[in-house]
Formats: sequence, C-alpha cells, structure tokens
Amino acid sequence: MHDGKRLKNGREIPIVHRVIKVHERQETEEVEVLTKGDNNYGDDRLLYAQGQLWLQRHHIMGRAVGFLPYVGWVTIIMTEKPIIKYILIGALGLLVITSKD
Amino acid sequence: MHSFGFRANAVLTFGITILALICAMASISDNFNSPRPSSEIQILNINWFQKQPHGNDEIEDFQVWDVVPICLFSPIDATAAMVSLTMNITADLQSLFTWNTKQVFVFVAAEYETPKNALNQVSLWDAIIPAKEHAKFWVQTANKYRFVDQGSNLRGKDFNLTLHWHVMPKTGKMFANKLVIPGYRLPEEYR
Repeated sequence: MHDGKRLKNGREIPIVHRVIKVHERQETEEVEVLTKGDNNYGDDRLLYAQGQLWLQRHHIMGRAVGFLPYVGWVTIIMTEKPIIKYILIGALGLLVITSKD
Repeated sequence: MHSFGFRANAVLTFGITILALICAMASISDNFNSPRPSSEIQILNINWFQKQPHGNDEIEDFQVWDVVPICLFSPIDATAAMVSLTMNITADLQSLFTWNTKQVFVFVAAEYETPKNALNQVSLWDAIIPAKEHAKFWVQTANKYRFVDQGSNLRGKDFNLTLHWHVMPKTGKMFANKLVIPGYRLPEEYR
C-alpha cells in the first residue's frame, strides 16, 4: 500500500509521493494516509492544505504502476514552450491538407 | 506521397512504435524472474516509549525533536503515543534484480490493529538499493520516521514488522511485494 500515489491538494499539479503512514478505520472504508517525497527530509504535511494532517481517498488521484522513460518530456516541453505545440499541430494539419488521398 | 514531410512522419511513427514494443518486451521479461528474497528483523531496544505532549503515543529519539521546526508539532489528537526503537535489519534481496531493474525501494513498516482502526501501517525505515551488489545488507538503525499512533493504543501492543519492496524497472511495470514478520510486542508501560 506504500507505492507512489498521485495526490491533489487544492493545487493544479498532482504530486507523486510515497505513502509512509496508513490508518484504516474498522467497519468503514475510510483511510487516512500520510505521504512523503523520497528526496525530502520531512513528510508532506507542509504541502497539505492549512490544518490538514492526513489525506483521504478523495485526495488521491491514482497510483504509480510503472515507468515509461522520457515520455514526460513531451508534456513538459509543450507546457513550457507552447510554440512547439502550435508548430506540431500546424505541421500535422499541413500534412493532412496536402495529402492526395 | 514521397515528400519530406510524409517520410519524416512515417519514420517518426515507426520509430516510436518500435520503442514502445521494446519497452513492452523488456517489461514482460521481468515476469520470468522468480525472486527468492529473505529477511530478518531484530528489535534490539525500545529506547523511548512516551505519550506526546499533546497526546499521541510515540517512540522517538529525543535529540531529533530539538531540530524539528515548530510547525510539525501541530496537535493531532487529544491523546497520542510515541515510540523510538533500534532495529537490526538483515536482508538478501539480490534475486529481485533483473537486467531491467533501475533500483529497489525497500522499507520496513510496523503493522497493528487498534479498536478504532482495522489496520495501521507506520513506515519506520526505508532505503534505496541502486544495484544488485548492495542488495544483501545488514543495517542497525533507529526508526527513521516517527512511530506515532492515532491515539494511545500502543501499550502492550502486538505488532508485525513487514519488509516491503518495490522493484522499479528501467522501463515498464513496477513490482511490489512484502514479507510479513509477526511476533513483536511493545512494553506494557511507558518509559
């Protein structure tokens, strides 16, 4: 249960961090979770919303199951230099228009 | 049909498809590995077993608190207990490594049940093993992370120490598993 989990906490960017504490209630499906970045000294409580000490299920977007190396760079480049996005779409559009079939 | 644009597009698409196929094959090859990890964990000493100032049970090395900023002391529950312990962790995780392994993340968690919670898992120690040569190890350490309960249910508590590992591949699916070692018990009284 301690794999990398993507969490949202009111900010736009989901963060993939590791779970280091789990408290699961008797009877109900409720779970409280504390996370921490591997390279950080302390846990994520500083990143959570004001006064929030635990993450519940609805804060967790998903779970890391594998790795595809370098694929994330495509998204990063397109976000940081949006012109590349336009060039790419423009070029693809041109390709479609100029195709003979 | 033979313009530079079309050819570039064809080459790129083909290249990416082949890359994806190779990633998938590399990941599938990991399934042929049948790992036989082993481990032993010994608790050498319970250094400290206290109720936190604001309540929770915790075992912690007292010196560490002096360096921790005040904002981490936010009140958790009305009652909570803390534990600090020293462990000997021995493990042989060499059989987990394949050619497609980037690193293995290993951690030890204390697992126990309380009246309020069906399951509590508290991570005590973790490490990253970057290569097969480092995968057979012996470590003597105090708990890296605070062993705190949501409440003061830890006196005389029976708990398991579970060694978890995540095998992170260079590419593809990540494998995780664990080894449960039962039979540990906390002292009946705070000390």
